[in-house]
Amino acid sequence: MTLLLEIRDLHIEALGEEGNWQEIVKGVSLELEPARVLGLIGESGAGKSTIGLAALGYARHGCRLARGSIRLQGEELFGATPEKLRHIRGVRVCYVAQSAAAAFNPAHRLEDQVIEAAVQHGIMTPDEARAEARRLYTKLRLPKPELFGRRYPHQVSGGQLQRAMTVMAMVPRPDLIVFDEPTTALDVTTQIEVLAAIKEAIADEGMAAVYITHDLALVAQMAHRIMVLRDGLTVEVGPTEQILEAPREAYTRALVNVRRVQKPEKPRSGAAPLLEVRAVDAAYGTVPVLFDVSVALEAGRTVAVVGESGSGKSTLARVITGLLPPRSGEVRLDGRPLPSSLGDRSKDQLRRIQLVYQMPDVALNPRQKVEEIVGRVLSFYFGIEGAERRREVARLLEEVELPAVFVDRYPGELSGGQKQRICIARALAARPEVIICDEVTSALDVQVADAVLRLLLRLQEETGIAYLFITHDLATVKAIADDIVVMLEGRVVEQGPKSEILTPPHHPYTDLLLSSVPEMEVGWLDRVLRERAERKARGETVMEAADR
Amino acid sequence: MRPRASVLVGFAIIAVYAAAALLGPLLSPYGEAEVVGDVWEPFSAAHPLGTDNLGRDMLSRLLWGASRTIGVALAATLLAFGIGMTLGYLAAVVGGWVDMILSRGIDTLMAIPTLIFALVVLAVLPPSVVILILVIAVLDSTRVFRLARAVAMDVVVMDFVEVARLRGERLGWIVFREVLPNTLPPLIAEFGLRFCFAFLFLSSLSFLGLGIQPPAADWGGMVRDNANAISFGLPIPLIPAAAIAILTIGVNLVVDWQLERSSGARRGVRP
Repeated sequence: MTLLLEIRDLHIEALGEEGNWQEIVKGVSLELEPARVLGLIGESGAGKSTIGLAALGYARHGCRLARGSIRLQGEELFGATPEKLRHIRGVRVCYVAQSAAAAFNPAHRLEDQVIEAAVQHGIMTPDEARAEARRLYTKLRLPKPELFGRRYPHQVSGGQLQRAMTVMAMVPRPDLIVFDEPTTALDVTTQIEVLAAIKEAIADEGMAAVYITHDLALVAQMAHRIMVLRDGLTVEVGPTEQILEAPREAYTRALVNVRRVQKPEKPRSGAAPLLEVRAVDAAYGTVPVLFDVSVALEAGRTVAVVGESGSGKSTLARVITGLLPPRSGEVRLDGRPLPSSLGDRSKDQLRRIQLVYQMPDVALNPRQKVEEIVGRVLSFYFGIEGAERRREVARLLEEVELPAVFVDRYPGELSGGQKQRICIARALAARPEVIICDEVTSALDVQVADAVLRLLLRLQEETGIAYLFITHDLATVKAIADDIVVMLEGRVVEQGPKSEILTPPHHPYTDLLLSSVPEMEVGWLDRVLRERAERKARGETVMEAADR
Repeated sequence: MRPRASVLVGFAIIAVYAAAALLGPLLSPYGEAEVVGDVWEPFSAAHPLGTDNLGRDMLSRLLWGASRTIGVALAATLLAFGIGMTLGYLAAVVGGWVDMILSRGIDTLMAIPTLIFALVVLAVLPPSVVILILVIAVLDSTRVFRLARAVAMDVVVMDFVEVARLRGERLGWIVFREVLPNTLPPLIAEFGLRFCFAFLFLSSLSFLGLGIQPPAADWGGMVRDNANAISFGLPIPLIPAAAIAILTIGVNLVVDWQLERSSGARRGVRP
């Protein structure tokens, strides 16, 4: 069988800070046969997107294809003229980007953008392209295919937009589509539908695909073969079943076996709750966001608040911290009501509840050294200054498993995981009783996130801090929660101890959430969809993604 | 990052001007308003840059004018940044009504053409250096306000500012320790630009007769005084004009470098 794509010993370089070229892809080779799907997997910085783009003969700004060979149906793309590449990109190879919301031009109708490549390249007339687009809208199960294209990007949901982008890539009938994390920005329940639609469409149309993601469970559903990358090098390549069931390399095994963190559920002590949210209603301006939300957190326990984007879980954190005074209801700490607004709370009340954010990059002032970032908390609450403060900061760094020399570093000199640890050290410096963790691991690579979770658990054992853990990631919840609160559209759908929530029978929404989490198993996607269809056929209530 | 040659040229120009401004009266061969020769004498050993429309030594007047012109422009720019940055940060950090009132007030002020506004005010008020500085500063501060507010807005929404708020920090800490250091690079670059504008604005006011009053020397006024010489093919008015232009270029060379550096720093490189 002739190869569709053949990359040999590809080296790609990026322009470093000092103006020198640094190799980021260090000699990668891959092969792809027609109508097959190859999964590229790795952590951030592994070079997977860079390789994906190289399949279009393209290097990002600040990068260059240094040497090697990229053959598409035997034709060399490496060093090809821009003129030649123009006739290949958008015709024979198409690209689907991670964030469809950022990739569509908000000023034009979807249809005009979807058919643009095919029309520009003279493959189809506008009418033919529109007809083809409509056929594909139907195939990707977009609502009202005849009218869908008339809408503007802001008028459709994120999941729909991602599918529209897939349509855009398919209209010119390319031989190869490069998918770059197409579902990473989506909620789990939406993700499963987009995945199913994409999978079916590429199989039906007989197209080949390179599917890039950091999530091994996801790629296992999509790809025939998987290539594991790390630091610009191939770790292992093989059929999906082999990678999942019999990984040869230690690194691949680590990827397959993540989520080793497992905490047994702590029994309820029956003591009065430390933090209590009572019947809170909250709104942004006139838009109501939370409806009658009640949550209780005992000292030393972890409550996980789970929900998809728009469920109001982050708003709940804003209400507790006093950033958003509720319309009605109250927040109690240690049995005493907290003033609803931040300005009315005492220094000590503020100290006892600390917040750790999702994006450590923006949670640390880039112009302050670690000593100032963490030390300010010590000076502010406890009046610790000078050499003593420096010693205490170094001790806190040790506590979060960072070397003491970091006191003199700026955040820009640290990695994502290290920054998150600094954020945790800053929260610890206040000697809090409750730490609210708002999606603290979702911006981190799986293994780094795992280590951060371990750290949080260890700190809880040592100091008895209570966590309110806000997340959309059910794997994290399973790993660390004692109690679970499931939220949907501003309401608490279900709450209780982890063991209760995670064992059937579930609330239909909890069921949808739980069953939408990709599992490390070949054929999981097909199985879940089949099960859902069967249960529906039996007349059981099965919720579908709201697809907002 | 190593500064390029153009930056060094910029710094050299600024150094020469600073020296002239500080030492001008000491270095100048003649008095400021001293009539020492004929009208529009050509360059000579006694008068290296010739004489002006009243027979005063051109080099002496340039040196006397340096401290006054640069001094007024610098004072006005500093004051403009003092006003503009304070109000801009206040608007961004406090937000709500404070922001609304300040922003609309500034918009109103900006809606009136600057030169016309300055002409009216200066025509009404007694001409003095202090009034001149105040008028230029207030007019310039509107632009500084807009920039300071815009850059501070970007920083205020960052989580680390929220962290400071949640800690219970006061307004002063949030403005000076969290927001200010992160907005400084673009504002320093803007300072250079604004200084040039203030300098040119002062020169145009002097040219129109509302700036620094004769017989005190200032470069804009000197261009006006000698403007007629152009019709006789004499280069005299081009000399103070060149003095203005060269300083503007020098400052801009440094500003460009600073802008480049600040955009580098924003990418997370150690400041």
